[in-house]
Amino acid sequence: MNINNIKKQFPIFNNKVHNNDLVYLDSANSSQKPQMVVDRIYDFYTKEFSNVGRSVHYLAVAATNLYENTRTMMQKYINAKDSNEIVFTKGATEAINLVANTFGQKFLREGDEILLTELEHHSNYVPWHYLRKLKGVKINFAEINNDGEITLESIEKSITPKTKMIAVTHLSNVTGAILPIKEITSLAHSKNIPILIDGCQGAPHLKLDMQDIDCDFYAISCHKMYGPTGLGVLYAKKKWLDALPPYQGGGGMIREVKKEGISFGDLPNKYEAGTMATAQVIAFGESIKFLNQIGIENIEKHESELTKYGEEVLRKNNSVKLVGNPKNKGSVLSFTLDGIHAHDIATILDEDGVAIRAGHHCCQILHDKLGLSATARASLGVYNTKDDLDKLNESINKCKKIFDR
Amino acid sequence: MDLKELYQEIILDHGKNPRNLRKTENFNKDAKGHNPLCGDKVHIFLKIDENKNISDISFEGSGCAISMASASIMTDLMKEKKEKEVKELVEDFLQMIKESPEMKTKIISENEKTKLMSLSGVKQYPMRVKCATLAWHTLTSAMKNSQEETNTEKFD
Ligand SMILES: Cc1ncc(COP(=O)(O)O)c(C=O)c1O
Repeated sequence: MNINNIKKQFPIFNNKVHNNDLVYLDSANSSQKPQMVVDRIYDFYTKEFSNVGRSVHYLAVAATNLYENTRTMMQKYINAKDSNEIVFTKGATEAINLVANTFGQKFLREGDEILLTELEHHSNYVPWHYLRKLKGVKINFAEINNDGEITLESIEKSITPKTKMIAVTHLSNVTGAILPIKEITSLAHSKNIPILIDGCQGAPHLKLDMQDIDCDFYAISCHKMYGPTGLGVLYAKKKWLDALPPYQGGGGMIREVKKEGISFGDLPNKYEAGTMATAQVIAFGESIKFLNQIGIENIEKHESELTKYGEEVLRKNNSVKLVGNPKNKGSVLSFTLDGIHAHDIATILDEDGVAIRAGHHCCQILHDKLGLSATARASLGVYNTKDDLDKLNESINKCKKIFDR
Repeated sequence: MDLKELYQEIILDHGKNPRNLRKTENFNKDAKGHNPLCGDKVHIFLKIDENKNISDISFEGSGCAISMASASIMTDLMKEKKEKEVKELVEDFLQMIKESPEMKTKIISENEKTKLMSLSGVKQYPMRVKCATLAWHTLTSAMKNSQEETNTEKFD
């Protein structure tokens, strides 16, 4: 795999940042976009645009086919059983809200419990929080261990007879811990509890097989998968999509509308009310092509080597403290520097063209647990190289020089 | 853009060794401020005497060098100021951080103005302006003894 050739496909790297080459280490936040994805959006709008699923004219039929084609590609990409199990949303956030809202409405009552973990992104906590107020459900958090991991035991300990849903991240966007989701799923199922996996950080980096994992719901963020913003995917087992009520109401999701009542359309339309992010869905097909051309196994290998290298480099740097030390770790390197706040680090790194994120990364529960108000985070994508990590380290040393004056 | 301008010695000095980082005994006004984007937090305590003078001011909190330095320099400056003067200083400072090239107030010395101007480096870093202004907005709330937490996301 030739990273230089891959990097050349990302036009963003032709630009300078403060007169420096861009060292982009913020892919966990959102990935950059390859030319083919950008071109697809342009081509669709300039040559093929129409709304989908409504009209019978030439452009509408062609656009509908393209839109549905991405659904099938996604089904294959994550090995879902049925293309109707792929629902497009505006993001992973909406995917999780969809499940929390509809599952909560139909199946939860006062006193029921939802089990999350301390690693969860606010997107996988706040939607469930609403059910506290609305339904009087209780939320429990499985605890991390000293390495910033969630083990199967930690989940098992936190399950009670009242647990009605388990919702966990696949890969922590702070510590990088990869959770044993297949084992957690089978544990959940052994107790008849459905499970939702927040796959935002899993999908761009790990090989996915829904039938093998066997989870009930899996939320995906397309903009972290080299795809456009404004788009996410909810994978849900068909039995759930059949059983749950619709989420939003509007055009496209109905069968018959009368003054006295309404009947709802079939899958997948039932959950896709209104005009969807058509151009984004069609362009996301190119992101899947891009991932397939390289091969997710190759991406996993490349990123895992880089992560190890990054850990080595940062460990050698005495003033850096890595956050978490999971055995099974994705390509996220969060750290703190003695005496220098994460936001000061990020500003100083930025001057060198090194883009990282600073803050709590939408994980306040985790940061409170770790006793940190903010951390700096470097996260990797397919276009990163060892050179990027060396530059990161050099810039970190520059922070120290500035602060030790 | 020059990082040395943003991280001037005076800012690093106040950032690393903040003055008045404590809690005023018998304070009679206070307010909390929070910058949810970076997690910067500040809690300002005031003791205002019968002549409406600030007889003591202090703060607790944590945050980046800019926000700690700003709170430190601000609290140093506000001691013994009258209520009216506080209002004028806060407005003048916020004006300077947002747009005007200098501070207009006559209440403080040129030397003190220079200290405050050292925070103007954030002008070139729009995401960091809130770090410099958090303590000041929170001071305004404290003067009103507002129980509502000052939140930088509510300002323009
Ligand atoms: C773990 C995790 N969950 C959820 C989200 C939210 O995803 P989206 O931006 O697609 O709504 C993110 C991204 O910020 C994330 O990292």
